[in-house]
Amino acid sequence: MKPFLITTALAAALLALPSCKKSAKSAASASGGAELSLLNVSYDPTREFYTEVNEAFRKQWVAEKGGSLEIKQSHGGSGKQARAVIDGLEADVVTLALAGDIDVLHKELQLLPADWQAKLPQNSSPYTSTIVFVVRKGNPKAIKDWADLVKDGVQVITPNPKTSGGARWNYLAAWAWADKQFAKDEAKVLDYMTRLFKNVPVLDTGARGSTTTFAQRKIGDVFLSWENEAYLIEKEFPGETEIVYPSISILAEPPVAVVEKNTAKHGTTEVATAYLKYLYTPEAQKLAGKHFYRPRDKDIAGQFIDKLPLLPMVTIDSDFGGWAKAQKTHFDDGGTFDRIYQKK
Amino acid sequence: MSDPREVTTESRPVRIALITAAVAVLLLFLLLPLFAVFAEALRRGWEVFMASLTEEAALSAIKLTLLAAAVSVPLNTLFGLSAAWLVTRFRFKGRALLISLIDLPFAVSPVIAGLVWVMIFGSKGWLPPATLEHLLAPFATVASAAAESENFGGLFEGLAAWLKDPKFIFSTPGIIIATVFITFPFVARELIPLMEAQGADQEEAAVTLGAGGWRIFWRVTLPNIKWGLLYGVLLCNARAMGEFGAVSVVSGHIRGKTNTLPLHIEVLYNEYQFSAAFACATLLALLALVTLGLKSVLERISGHAAAGKH
Repeated sequence: MKPFLITTALAAALLALPSCKKSAKSAASASGGAELSLLNVSYDPTREFYTEVNEAFRKQWVAEKGGSLEIKQSHGGSGKQARAVIDGLEADVVTLALAGDIDVLHKELQLLPADWQAKLPQNSSPYTSTIVFVVRKGNPKAIKDWADLVKDGVQVITPNPKTSGGARWNYLAAWAWADKQFAKDEAKVLDYMTRLFKNVPVLDTGARGSTTTFAQRKIGDVFLSWENEAYLIEKEFPGETEIVYPSISILAEPPVAVVEKNTAKHGTTEVATAYLKYLYTPEAQKLAGKHFYRPRDKDIAGQFIDKLPLLPMVTIDSDFGGWAKAQKTHFDDGGTFDRIYQKK
Repeated sequence: MSDPREVTTESRPVRIALITAAVAVLLLFLLLPLFAVFAEALRRGWEVFMASLTEEAALSAIKLTLLAAAVSVPLNTLFGLSAAWLVTRFRFKGRALLISLIDLPFAVSPVIAGLVWVMIFGSKGWLPPATLEHLLAPFATVASAAAESENFGGLFEGLAAWLKDPKFIFSTPGIIIATVFITFPFVARELIPLMEAQGADQEEAAVTLGAGGWRIFWRVTLPNIKWGLLYGVLLCNARAMGEFGAVSVVSGHIRGKTNTLPLHIEVLYNEYQFSAAFACATLLALLALVTLGLKSVLERISGHAAAGKH
């Protein structure tokens, strides 16, 4: 009796597996058009934004073309996500923190062409962001600008530029200010950067980790943060923090791209391209502003000017000679970050 | 006759201090976290709690977790039984090596246990999807033909589709493989010492009385080890549902598709949805409590069973 029962249970469990898969497949075949599915592999702070974009785009696509469309999201540190796509995570589109992380998809496996960044307007960055300071309520250490970060007794929170995209933008923004302040005297700039990182008590690996360190574990006096992440902290921890705009910052351009090799295989090139183009429409630009990304559309950016004020910003291309050069000079082994951090 | 209490020689204050310290540690390290999970989960009320458990992504994570356990537990039960039978009832060359190999998943870090599958099945691995597709092409043809058949076609449809585009990592099969690998030793590890201690006497007696292999297994071996076996299955199941590290490496974290319950909890936490994260965590905490409850019941039953025999 007993053996019979156990064998039956096992057999039932094994038989149930293929049928699970089948029912999932046939779920969406109600209307006449194609059943499409997109996977957007993105970085950490974009989840809330893309959740809304996906729903809006899906409605529009289905109304125009019929059929069904499902958009899946995956989020994580930008560099880690790029690695996963190289290892076989079949992203139809990537929306990462910096161009360097999309460049590797071409370098490693030719998943997209070398000139991917020219395929969409404005360096393939439909929205931008910048680096701001988040301080404790009332700004007790009176932190106004980059000069205040190297004062004695000020603790600065930033992730590790070796592993985090946001941290690289932080680093370059600080560098840009020092470069101007000390009239390109590299010895003085390096000295400033050394003193800045002496004030960093915790070097997390990613932006979300640093946010938790600052906002939840309450470590540090000032947090160098993505602008949109800074507003998210205000929302999640109301009344505990303030945002300070420094005298100068950096224009961060998080780029997007169709992973052409994957879309060709999935038959999704058309919908993936339409999805990324949709990010430039007024509707999506408004959603970007709502989630504290800076819309590229000037009129719509104007509507959010109270929250996202204009400030002088350097750019990676004109001030640092592009990502490839900046990466090599500052962040690769033996770059300026290694030099200033070892001095510590 | 001396008072039995005299065995404890320490003075009363010392005893009280030691007991207090032990209880404090117990409260701090075991009960406080458990309490924190439930308190945080219910902090924003019952509605938020239920909504976070019935939301689409949570349901899909629960389903995937159950599926991974449903495959790995029976497989590893079968394997654990066979392995324990083999290494405790037979002496052969390489036996020690086999025992060590069974322990391998315990010995390596879960991160490595995940990364090896990326190394093998990743796009730049030894058996990338393109190669697999090539290797499995003949089977794909057979399966497609089977899927066309009138009677059982439905059963093969999923299999045929998968064989045409075989993917392990960043999809359900990869998560199942990682889970099977991680939970490999649980049943075997539970049974080997038990069967070693019991010895083969009863089975040898059965042989002399003319019983065949299967009959000995069902009538003699299995009744002797059933409680140990159940206990192993229980632990195997708890780990299969709770595994984080290895599964995290092969998952790809696609919301509503490749997130298991532990991964879904991490995602929610990173999204500042603390209540939802802890609501899902209560499911795992309940699993732990049920496991512990069943474990103590099993121990009591098996204790009685053992006592009753003598």
